[in-house]
Amino acid sequence: MKEVYLDNNATTKVDEAVFEEMRPYFCELYGNPSSMHFFGGQVQKKVDEARNRVAVLLGALPEEIIFSACGTESDNTAIRSALEIFPEKRHIITTRVEHPAVLTMCRNLAKRGYRVTELNVDNEGRIDLGELKRAIDDDTVVVSIMYANNETGVIFPIEEIGAIVKEKGALFHTDAVQAVGKIPLNMARSTIDMLSLSGHKLHAPKGIGALYLRKGVPFRPFLVGGHQEKNRRAGTENTASIIALGKACELAANFIEDENTRVRSMRDLLEKELLDLIPNGRINGGKAERLPNTLSIAFEFVEGEAILLLLSEHGICASSGSACTSGSLEPSHVLRAMGVPFTCAHGSIRFSLSRFNTEADIELVIRELPPIIRRLRELSPFGREFLSA
Amino acid sequence: MWDYSDKVKEHFLNPRNVGDIKDADAVGEVGSLACGDALKLFIKLDDKKERILNATFQTFGCGSAIASSSALTEMIKGKTLDEALQITNKEIADFLGGLPEEKMHCSVMGQEALEVAIAKFRGVKVELHDHEHAEQGGEIVCKCFGLTDQFLKKVIAANKLHTAEQVTHFTKAGGGCGGCIPRIKEIIAEVLGEKPQEEHKRPGKLTNLRKMQLIQDVLEKEIKPQLWADGGDLELIDIAGNAVQIAFRKACAGCASSGFTAKFVEQKLRDLVSDDISVEEVEE
Repeated sequence: MKEVYLDNNATTKVDEAVFEEMRPYFCELYGNPSSMHFFGGQVQKKVDEARNRVAVLLGALPEEIIFSACGTESDNTAIRSALEIFPEKRHIITTRVEHPAVLTMCRNLAKRGYRVTELNVDNEGRIDLGELKRAIDDDTVVVSIMYANNETGVIFPIEEIGAIVKEKGALFHTDAVQAVGKIPLNMARSTIDMLSLSGHKLHAPKGIGALYLRKGVPFRPFLVGGHQEKNRRAGTENTASIIALGKACELAANFIEDENTRVRSMRDLLEKELLDLIPNGRINGGKAERLPNTLSIAFEFVEGEAILLLLSEHGICASSGSACTSGSLEPSHVLRAMGVPFTCAHGSIRFSLSRFNTEADIELVIRELPPIIRRLRELSPFGREFLSA
Repeated sequence: MWDYSDKVKEHFLNPRNVGDIKDADAVGEVGSLACGDALKLFIKLDDKKERILNATFQTFGCGSAIASSSALTEMIKGKTLDEALQITNKEIADFLGGLPEEKMHCSVMGQEALEVAIAKFRGVKVELHDHEHAEQGGEIVCKCFGLTDQFLKKVIAANKLHTAEQVTHFTKAGGGCGGCIPRIKEIIAEVLGEKPQEEHKRPGKLTNLRKMQLIQDVLEKEIKPQLWADGGDLELIDIAGNAVQIAFRKACAGCASSGFTAKFVEQKLRDLVSDDISVEEVEE
């Protein structure tokens, strides 16, 4: 069965051009970029080129890019570094809807004596800048707030947040894993001190990420050892994947327009049609500013895993904020923080598109999902009450 | 993705006996929208009101919840009420070629709905797994999912569960806020007839040697495991009277919060060994 892949916030297809770019760096050009000989040196040049390409996408300087193994490593590194730079400060600010890469770390730090403020979100998934202003003080060492939410696509007002953070002299980190390649970024004119990105969310392979570190911002490495990445991240470079990430960033710059026009209109069509065809649907974060590719939609009286399994029968790949899909027993922390009504918290489905999707993909979902929801509602005691009412 | 058996998939995709029975003799309802799954079971009996002629269900829930409900209705048709009551949740899971352990609570829900339906028909009280149960005087152990001690004890005994995690997989208890996990551990110990592990009790007067042994004991058994959980570690450098010298290792070494960790170590040693202990971090 051919997959109709609508789960791009989970991971993406590696672009063929990206794969071709990295292919020679396994069996042929396998040199170590740190080596003195020509054979390693030519790889070093490609790594430099990749760093430059990432920097161009972010509007940053090449020396501001540190390659890492994943978004999680970048997030962990940024927060740890801030804490080590300012050991006398004990307060961290984040949000209730962060990715676990940030949230789990902050909660662990809270257990070790840090004061952690998790900013609330409203029903649409938006934060209140007033709450941030009230929370931040001279003891605040780092503020880590995601650029865009992975489950709902809701975008936070990052520059406004950054201005508040800068006023208090704290460091500002943002997990931009979902935003890079979808929202134009320009670090040259930004309040962001540190920014995390991940390769496999933008058509590079899994296992490669980067941390943007503003020039002049003090830093302590997480991995120590060799002198790689200017002593900021030890460990032999994942050269092939770094080169792939560079190519993916170059392509992302070309496709950012496409993401915001064609992809957005496919998402909007899917959203409109599903709301029209299925009674009692609800868009999570529908009134907020959102990523162009993400649709989180909740259906009352049905359960998300059952929806996903039935979609999967048609080759459709999506994900769910429901409890049952993750092995946890409660709906996602993001939906709970947003106060999604309990009648539909378990019935949330996330479709996340990419430039590789076509109208035919969307049409398939529009055709197959309404009967699936109807079928599950007929199975469900609550759904039957609703249907007969 | 869950590793569902073919039979689970088949019963999910083609569930048997969906719907209601207008003149049902017995109806059992368990679960709720908030809990994420719910099952309503309808049973029609023969004229003697002994044997199950027909059974149908309505289920709100995941794939395995729907498959478990479907399996249950197939299993009880033709059985007498007493025979049906002998069905265990494990038999429901076995009928489906097994369920992932995290999904065993779906089979428990089926077994429960059956019990509730039959008890209601017979007019006897039933150990409900429901928020209503508080009214019947049970101890609500898991507040998130409204589960009582009697219910948990029954499932623990029937399935020989040994860990709190298993109890969560089978009943959901502890799967929300997690606040009841210590209580679940006590209940497991009670049911399995094991005494809960004795916690460190603070001793009375100590000889110096005994005190040193105790300090080492507390460091090894109580403190280090907590540091390990965060990727850290410590090493005992020296004990001079009441002064304990430690050095931090791994993530704790150079950690911005090591001062706080040292305080934690000191408090723990004071609580469990002696009030006059002081802890000092040294660079070796």
